[in-house]
Amino acid sequence: MNSHFRAFSILLQRDLKLAYRHRAELANPLLFFVLVVSLFPLGVSPESKVLQQLAPGVIWVAALLAAMLSLDSLFRSDFNDGALEQLTLTAHPLPLLVLAKITAHWLVSGLPLIILAPLLGVLLFLPTDAMPTLLATLALGTPVLSLIGAIGVALTVGLQRGGVLLSLLVLPLYIPILIFAANAVQSAAIGLEVAGQLYFLGAMLMLALTLAPIAAAAALRISLSG
Amino acid sequence: MWQAMWDFLHRVSSPKYFYSWAGKAIPWFGWSFLLIVIVGLYLGLVVAPADYQQGESYRIIYVHVPAAWLSMFVYMVMATAGVIGLIWKIKLSDVIASSSAPIGASFTFIALVTGALWGKPMWGAWWVWDARLTSELILLFLYFGVMALNAAIMDKRNAARASAVLALVGVVNIPIIHYSVEWWNTLHQGATITKIGAPSIHISMLIPLLLMAIAFKLFYGFVLLLKARAEILERERNTSWVQELVSKS
Repeated sequence: MNSHFRAFSILLQRDLKLAYRHRAELANPLLFFVLVVSLFPLGVSPESKVLQQLAPGVIWVAALLAAMLSLDSLFRSDFNDGALEQLTLTAHPLPLLVLAKITAHWLVSGLPLIILAPLLGVLLFLPTDAMPTLLATLALGTPVLSLIGAIGVALTVGLQRGGVLLSLLVLPLYIPILIFAANAVQSAAIGLEVAGQLYFLGAMLMLALTLAPIAAAAALRISLSG
Repeated sequence: MWQAMWDFLHRVSSPKYFYSWAGKAIPWFGWSFLLIVIVGLYLGLVVAPADYQQGESYRIIYVHVPAAWLSMFVYMVMATAGVIGLIWKIKLSDVIASSSAPIGASFTFIALVTGALWGKPMWGAWWVWDARLTSELILLFLYFGVMALNAAIMDKRNAARASAVLALVGVVNIPIIHYSVEWWNTLHQGATITKIGAPSIHISMLIPLLLMAIAFKLFYGFVLLLKARAEILERERNTSWVQELVSKS
């Protein structure tokens, strides 16, 4: 058990270190997140009333797309240099190692989204009362995006042009998260109770946390055998 | 009896045996579908009374509801066949899963289109962002995802395993579709058939609906066997029995 935990933390540290060495790449999905959100006032209307109504959905859709764009880096380089194959050969359970990689990925791609989100909320005139809910939904939702996304990447990592296919596989699975999260923020903006939606997001996080690493590990084995 | 069934399953899972068995079964599926669909349509479109609220336009349920049921049923068949393929590595289940995907997508599409046609006079709009409609749309996307993944991977065995994993992940969506009526409780009317106790649909409307459901299932079986036979021929084209078959004809 202890050795499994050590393997988990070593892999987590390795991935974080690797991400730190390529920090320029990390900024890209974040810039994308900010850019997409700032397109809406230009494209729809700069009026605060309109933007206020759009804000929860726009921020969440942008977060969804940014999370999806960052997914490709999850397994790509390890797949190309063969490190992934070595991981499957270790004595440790593959789902655990996959979970370590997903955790590292979330720390460098999901967490910055949460930190940036209040800024975007201000840009779109989201009421201050809704800010804590926005952060709570992102904190519960973005790990699910990484977990579900990992399954999609694991399935497509062996393909030459996996990019568009990945969005086709992953986006439909993201929809329930989007519905509950955006709905929670909207309700908070007009002063309604949001505990129900947050419980649902929490339940989905637990479900994804327990099942997604297993599915992603199985998918990786399939991709590696091809 | 069990032994006989087990033996049959063993034999039928070999592509060669399945090919000839399906060849004999296809006419049975086709003719029984035709018979039941004619009776069902006659009872549904001519004999059943008009609805006291919706008038004649409710009759589209005789196509819409069976298609919507099948859209979920086919997904479950696909996922189950995928699991069997993943665990026991049976070639035939790969064939069933990959042939089911486009059929299921078509039924989902039919359910969406007939729903839109019914929604226009009833709700005054072709499309309403109601939870159930949305889930059906997501189901269509899930089918497209499975089909695209299946097409993108060159190796047939790996393509089948990868799509099986994806289909399994998508199974999470099926309960969401089913319970969405209760969860969101929006425009789409609640379930009328599966209510425990007396169903809230009159028996003269229920019988044609169930007949149509059976007819659609038979049609699915009919198309599935046709497609599976073609798929088997393609996959097994290097085996001696297929080459013998081709050279004979």
